[in-house]
Amino acid sequence: MPALDSLTIGDTLPERDHVASNVSLFVYNAAVWNAHRIHYDERYTVEVERHPAVVIDGPLQGDWLTQVVLNWLEDDGRLVEFEYTNRRAAYLGETLQSGGRIAAIDGKQVELELWIRNGAGELTAPGRALVVFGD
Amino acid sequence: MSADELITPEVRAWIGRSDPPIAFEVTRRDIVKYAIATEQQLPKYLRGDEAPPMFLFGTDRPLTALSELGPDGLRHDSLLPDLPLKRVMAGGIRQRYHRAIRPGDHLLIAKTITDIYAKHGASGPLIFVVYALTVTTAAGELMMEETQTRINR
Repeated sequence: MPALDSLTIGDTLPERDHVASNVSLFVYNAAVWNAHRIHYDERYTVEVERHPAVVIDGPLQGDWLTQVVLNWLEDDGRLVEFEYTNRRAAYLGETLQSGGRIAAIDGKQVELELWIRNGAGELTAPGRALVVFGD
Repeated sequence: MSADELITPEVRAWIGRSDPPIAFEVTRRDIVKYAIATEQQLPKYLRGDEAPPMFLFGTDRPLTALSELGPDGLRHDSLLPDLPLKRVMAGGIRQRYHRAIRPGDHLLIAKTITDIYAKHGASGPLIFVVYALTVTTAAGELMMEETQTRINR
């Protein structure tokens, strides 16, 4: 749990590994009511949409980025803004790693740079968040 | 075909169009399902007391019959022009939060197309459709504002 006066620009937030499976992607896509076949039908995904494997949802990675912030912040503040971009497709079988660092501090407002990288270190989903402490 | 030629006047005419707002009642069970699916770690989400920030993803489109799903599994999107590129990717999202979403909230999600443009990516042309979403309670309290980008390739 962070104390605002102990934070420094460049401090990193805890990293976390994410390993999606057929089951986890099924459950996620059921929860958001998304039947796009690239998330569960490998043959269709490879033969028709020309991906090398089943695709890990971009918005699921977006959610993981919000968790980098929320698991660190807990109840010490409030997430005010969040954004992410689906930069590069991520595929079933890859271990993704989420993380973040403090990009700016302005009074009680802290800006965070966020990322998800694949095993090769490539950025799949960069993001940014703004939190307000003590709110 | 140049990037600009992908966006015909008919396609461009969709900028500014909206669908009628979608009404959505938040249940604890739906929050818990989402929290499990996304491997949340905070108890308030796993218990369903509060919805994680990305919980509303997907609720901006109406629920439709299976017969309305296309061969790719995606539902027909009423707020999307007929584009020359058919493969769909999620682009990105920007959200601003005003109040946490909790079980029992009755939400209204309004969605408008704010831009359509094309670019040439490393693997060919891409069309970007940008939406502005506003989530309010039925009583009119502003909950969240979102900018959403959809990519066709």
